[in-house]
Order: sequence, then structure tokens, then C-alpha cells
Amino acid sequence: MDKVNSQTLLKKGAEASLFLADWHGRRAIIKARLPKNYRPAELDKKIRSYRTVHEPQLMNEAKKAGVPTPKIFLVDMKDAAITMEFVEGKQVKQLLGNLASEKRQALCVKIGELIGRLHKHGLIHGDLTTSNMILNAEGKIFLVDFGLGEKNKELEARGVDLHLMKRALQSTHYDMAGECFKHVQEGYAMVLGARDAGKVFGKIREIERRGRYVDERKQA
Amino acid sequence: MKPTAETLCLGVESTADDFGVGIATFDGEILANASSSYIPEEGGIHPREAARHHAEAADKVLNVAFTKAKVNPRDLTLIAFAQGPGLGPCLRTGATVARALASYLDIPLVGVNHSVAHIEIGKLTTGAVDPVTLYVSGGNTIVSAFDSGRYRVFGETLDMALGNCLDVFAREAGLKHRQGVPLGAALERLAADGKKLIPLPYVVKGMDISLSGLLTAATSLLQKRESRLEDLCYSLQEHAFSMVTEVTERALAHTDKKEVLLTGGVAANKRLQAMLDIIAKEHNTKFNVVPLQFATDNGAMIAWTGILAYTHGVTTPVPKSFVKLRWRLEKVDVPWIK
Repeated sequence: MDKVNSQTLLKKGAEASLFLADWHGRRAIIKARLPKNYRPAELDKKIRSYRTVHEPQLMNEAKKAGVPTPKIFLVDMKDAAITMEFVEGKQVKQLLGNLASEKRQALCVKIGELIGRLHKHGLIHGDLTTSNMILNAEGKIFLVDFGLGEKNKELEARGVDLHLMKRALQSTHYDMAGECFKHVQEGYAMVLGARDAGKVFGKIREIERRGRYVDERKQA
Repeated sequence: MKPTAETLCLGVESTADDFGVGIATFDGEILANASSSYIPEEGGIHPREAARHHAEAADKVLNVAFTKAKVNPRDLTLIAFAQGPGLGPCLRTGATVARALASYLDIPLVGVNHSVAHIEIGKLTTGAVDPVTLYVSGGNTIVSAFDSGRYRVFGETLDMALGNCLDVFAREAGLKHRQGVPLGAALERLAADGKKLIPLPYVVKGMDISLSGLLTAATSLLQKRESRLEDLCYSLQEHAFSMVTEVTERALAHTDKKEVLLTGGVAANKRLQAMLDIIAKEHNTKFNVVPLQFATDNGAMIAWTGILAYTHGVTTPVPKSFVKLRWRLEKVDVPWIK
């Protein structure tokens, strides 16, 4: 852990801490899943090592699907730490509210396309929020934070994944969430095709009805 | 209306198995908080039976509250009631009591969102101002924080509520609900003697959690009778609480708020309190937990939230006082927060 501690802490997240580091002359991020002592040690170890193994695998798979993700440099199982490329750019979370309407629309369509490519390739991101998307200077959107992701082609998993995106927009970008999600769906349907995408959208409605206190849910 | 110690609000809570009446002064002193719980002979809450209990208990609970507060009904300024979310028959019983009181005394009526009330009573009693709140009860599992006029929902359960998950397991294990000792408390006591962590599903999806798989797995282990009950209770609690703690921490990191508030019936659990205390400290934030008597459903929280709403221009005329069974937290305007 000494190696990690000697770096500059960028962000202390809930799931992991991000450190800025140097990797043979390149700017790198060390994502370290530090032990969480609120949960029992055995459970903690299981969760941290599971996510540390799976995250880089999913990031590589995502690349194959045509979804930009940071390059992986090193996976350190002992410390549950992943060293990866530092992506220069801005979090979509910070950008979205400041964009002109057409640009925002284009960005949301693009996000939808990326999610579509993941799903088409059998991948689930597991934590689709605008803070997990980085837009670089060339207009490329990188997806990060695959720690809660999985390989899954089921409709249910796709629905939950896209539903998370919708929820993230509603909680963080509430004044434009409806419009943004509509464009995300548009981009998503462009990749998956109207028929398959339609099935996923239907699933989202079903998941919402399953939720707590939803008006649309039928009375028992 | 200027908040003073002389202006009084009576709040009626009846969303689920508790019928509660609270009396509060407009400057935030709780004068009375009386309640009666419907305890099913077996199984969970039967809505119609619970409503029958509420109708029968209303008169007694109201009298206890008036006596405790040393208040005459004629001294009241305002009647508040839990308008939703909750079980239809139960909500309607409480609403009927509230409408009758307001009409008879000829004073204003205000409908209150039950989830908002759990957050507001937590803030009033702990001094928290702008927290990330984990609200966990038999009917709700919500991580929320205030932003631009409303309490936003950052995370919630995708299926069952935390309290419901624990209660169902406790009943399957043969534990009994007694007046004053909820099932969760009985389970917590057993869990304290747990030694071995049995692996169970741990399902976090973004900021949401899913508990139904955990309950199924724990229940089927229970039926196999190969594990100590204490170990199972312990393992169930550790897994479920770790999940809600993880999503609360995520919301805390996401929002950068400086306080954590634990509220709702499951807030009484010491182990859950300890877990949240740890994450609060790690993020240099202040941990607050609602006092026990205001953790479970209660009338005082409805009275207090009614005061906040009424003093900021909200009233609910009787013709518009129909109950809202599925009134989500983020649909409620909270004009009393800037």
C-alpha cells in the first residue's frame, strides 16, 4: 500500500479511492479499493477482489465492442488496485447542464449509442451515471467505473442498466432528465435496432412498476 | 403564522401497522407522541385488519395524546395527517379522523408525505440541517438528499424494503412480534450472538440495491436447518446492512454533503448505526440517528412536518384530502428549505 499512499489523492469515492500517479512517464490513475471496515473482513475481501478482477476484464471487452475505456496498465490483486490510463477530459456530469440544447442532444444520443454497443456485446455497465462518463477534447466519450458490471445478455439486466441511467439523470439533472433520456434511448435504438431496443424500454417500464409507490402499478 | 409555543398542531399517522397521534408546538417542541400497534396473530400486516385496529384505537390514542400534552382540543391551530404513501385502508382511517377533527374544530388541515416526515423529524431531533438520509423501514429503503426544492432519491430498493426483508425472515424463523418489541429487535438480539459469516447474495446495482434474492437464500438455508439461527441472523444483517451502507456512502461521495442521517424503524438497529457511523467518519461528516421513539412510525413527525408545510403556505382542504397510496418522496415540494 506504500506505493499507493505516496500518490496524490484525486477523489475519495465510496467504492474506491482514485490516486494520480506516474506510469513510466505517462499520467495514470490508480484505482484502489481500500478495505471498508464497516463490513466483515471476509465479505469485504470478497467484494473488493471480485470487483478488481472483473473491472479490467469488462473494460477490455467494452473496447472490443467499440466503447472507449481507459487502457489498463497493471492489476494488483494484493491491494485490490488497478493502474490505468488517465483520460484527459471533462465529466459529462459537469458538462451536461451548460451545453446548448442541440449539443446536449447530440451528446445524449452518443451516450445512448455507447450503452447500446455494450449491451449488444453482452456487457452490462452496472453504474451508468454521468459522473462515469468522460468527454475528451476530440469528442470521444470514455466510460469508466465498471466495478459493478457483468457479462449478461438478459433483457432484465439490460433494463436495470438503462433504468439506472434514467434514475441518475433524474437525481442529478432533474430539470432536463426527460429530454436527455429520450435522446439516450434514441441513440440506444440506433445500435440495437428498434425491435430489441423496444423490448428493453418495455422492461424499464416493468421495472419502474415494480418499484416503490409507482402510480402506474396496478392495485392488488 | 408566526411560530410560537402557543400555536399547536396535532398529527395523525396511520400509513401501516401503527396508529399514532403527536402534538407539537409551532416552534418545534413535541408535547405528546402516543401510539398503538396492530399486531397480527400470524403473518404480516393485513391492511383491513390493521385499519380496523386503527379505528378502534383512535379514540384511546387521541385521549392519551391530549392528556400527555395537557392540551384541550380547542387549543389546536392545525391538524396534519399522513396522506401517503402507505396501505389504503389504514391511510383512509387516519385521514377520516383528521378530517373529522379539522371540520369539528374548524381549523386548517394539511396532508403530509410520510417519507418527508421521517426525514424532518430526524432533522428536528438531531439538529441535522442538510444531510444525506438513509430512510429504512418496513415499507421503505431510500437514500435521499435535498436539492432544488425537493428531496431527491439517489438510491432505493429495487424490490423489497429492508425492514420487510428482516421481518419476513424473522417470522420464518419463528420469532414473534410483541407490543414494544418489534420483530427486527428480536432478530438483532439473535444476530449479536452470531459468530460465523455465511455467504449470501450481495446485490448492489449502481445506487440501488436488491434484497429479495438475499431473503430467498437466507430462508432456504433456514429450512435446511444446517446453520445456527444466530449465524443466519448475523449473516443476513451483515449482508443487507453492508449493501445499504455502501449505497449511502456512494450518495455521500456523489453529493458532497456534510451530514448523514439515519431514520425510519430500522434506524433502531445498533449494528446498522455503527456501520453508518464508520462511513460518516471516513468522509469527515457528522452522523445523526433519529431517537428511538421517533424512529418507528409516529404522529409527532406528521405534526412537525404539517407545521413546516402550513407555515410555508401549504394546506389541504377536505375535498382535496384524498389519500395517495403511492406518493413518492421526490414528488413532494418542500418550500420550507431554501
